[in-house]
Amino acid sequence: MQKIFSHPCSMIEDPLHYCPGCTHGIIHRLVAESIDELGIRERAVGVSSVGCSVCTYKYFRCDMFQASHGRAPAVATGAKRCRPELILFCYQGDGDLAAIGTSEIIHAANRGEKITCIFANNAVYGMTGGQMAPTTIPGQRTSTTPAGRRVSQDGFPLPMAEMLASLRTPGYVARVSMHAPSEIIRAKEIVRRAFLHQVEDRCFSFVECLSTCPTNWGLSPAESLKWIEREMLPYYPLGELKVPDGKTGDEDEHN
Amino acid sequence: MTRVLMKGNEAIAEAAIRAGCLHFFGYPITPQNEIPEYFSRRLPQVGGEYVQTESEVATSNMIFGAAGVGVRVMTSSSSPGISLMSEGISYLAGADLPVVIVNMMRAGPGLAGILPSQSDYAHATRGTAHGDFELTVLAPSSVQEAVDLTILSFQIAERYRVPVMLLGDGMIGQMMEPVEFPELEVGPPLAADDWALTGCRGREPRLVSSLYLDPVELNDKNYERYRRYALIRDKETRFDTYNCDGPYDVLLTAFGVMARVCMSAIDELAKEGIRVGLFRPITLNPFPEDACRSAIARAKRVLDVEMNMGQMLVDIRLAARGSHDIDFIGKCGGLTPSVEDVVERVRVHLAAIRAEER
Repeated sequence: MQKIFSHPCSMIEDPLHYCPGCTHGIIHRLVAESIDELGIRERAVGVSSVGCSVCTYKYFRCDMFQASHGRAPAVATGAKRCRPELILFCYQGDGDLAAIGTSEIIHAANRGEKITCIFANNAVYGMTGGQMAPTTIPGQRTSTTPAGRRVSQDGFPLPMAEMLASLRTPGYVARVSMHAPSEIIRAKEIVRRAFLHQVEDRCFSFVECLSTCPTNWGLSPAESLKWIEREMLPYYPLGELKVPDGKTGDEDEHN
Repeated sequence: MTRVLMKGNEAIAEAAIRAGCLHFFGYPITPQNEIPEYFSRRLPQVGGEYVQTESEVATSNMIFGAAGVGVRVMTSSSSPGISLMSEGISYLAGADLPVVIVNMMRAGPGLAGILPSQSDYAHATRGTAHGDFELTVLAPSSVQEAVDLTILSFQIAERYRVPVMLLGDGMIGQMMEPVEFPELEVGPPLAADDWALTGCRGREPRLVSSLYLDPVELNDKNYERYRRYALIRDKETRFDTYNCDGPYDVLLTAFGVMARVCMSAIDELAKEGIRVGLFRPITLNPFPEDACRSAIARAKRVLDVEMNMGQMLVDIRLAARGSHDIDFIGKCGGLTPSVEDVVERVRVHLAAIRAEER
């Protein structure tokens, strides 16, 4: 019998610590599958961040850094510049990347560091108990916006992918979502492309992944998937926002 | 070996390259800009990597990444920039990463001033950042010593897997003196085969981290680190003395360039047959406490001289263990106690000693 599906080699087989219905695990898997398919596990070095994804270092079966809050792209920059043969990837949440770490991600992208950044955006601080994030949706109730996020006071959700896509430095910037199987299949291809750009020594790559937080959203796992579609997509449109030399991966494949 | 005339900042950068440091990450700040500028010129010539960072916060994390993949790396900054690196230094210490950080101190606190100062003694030796860790701190008093201690900094960092700080000041960085470099053009690469993140081919994956969620494990880890600090104290503590071979009534204590002023004051007084000694710690941490106590024990009076409000004074008092009242001359803001300041204060002490003897 032909084996057509198995646990990715680049991910450990132990249970993950994430809450039921959290889609971090799916994003982990997309990363691990991409590393497997590209055959780069033995030269991959991951950088885990601070927040729910702090324990990422336990889950990937490759060399790992555990970085300080928001600084994963700086750690990856230091490593990649000194050992360019390694494949560096950061795995960060929205508090880490879009609040305290905005400087590091913008400048890593602007210098065109050949690293891959996976950004899990679930519109809330998860680990610390559901406080407002820069990516929280207007009106969204959190533990620090009990009446809902007010744009007059807190501004609008920070569009990290659009901000990074606006840079003149060539790079690969995309946004994907975990809210439906079809989107996950699409996300898988985009995460793989992001790594491929680094493997082929082409450019900085960044994939924002819309993710759930049923615990802090106060929703069931199924409702959470619908919430992404209904509440997040209007602020966070999906797709490849920027591709190096103006060609999308799709065009590459078709040509 | 040939002697060349060089600015302290540039000499430190060249010494680092001779020691095999081919990776530099840094952010501009006065008065140490000649260090990154020198690296930006020289590193491409020797196959190294130079990155101008977006902030000192990023710098401290880039050197974390660089050291974590097992290369010899350094950065340099000045007081406010070092404050910004503090969090990163705690992570470097927590992850046992060998790096060298140069602090060319300027006047503080806040943005304060750009002139030379010794304002960060306490920050470097005690309160660098959160958590149980220490920095090993070396303080040169000449450009030649800056070269020698730069090389030694890498050796200590790598031997004990600790971050090391070379603590100079704007004066050391800006003054030109003749120096000799070791012949070795570029030292051997860092030996990190057993811990660095180089890709897990043929071995189990590795982790570079300062996170320990198990309290027992963290407690043990900190004890293990402090055993290495004890070894550094045992084997690497360094100091210098001047004019301490014979008897002396007054002992001066000073570090870095301030010791040079004290030596001039001692020479002035020697012309009148007055004997004054100088004790100068070279390692500010570990502080050469026993040697300092021995030097103090031979003096009737002790005068500590610093370009700050009395930061090393605390360590001199600890070393004295109450045997002497320690007098102090300090200037800050970019001012330096002069030879005349020191000579005049020594005369006051000599008069008091004579009065006591009568």
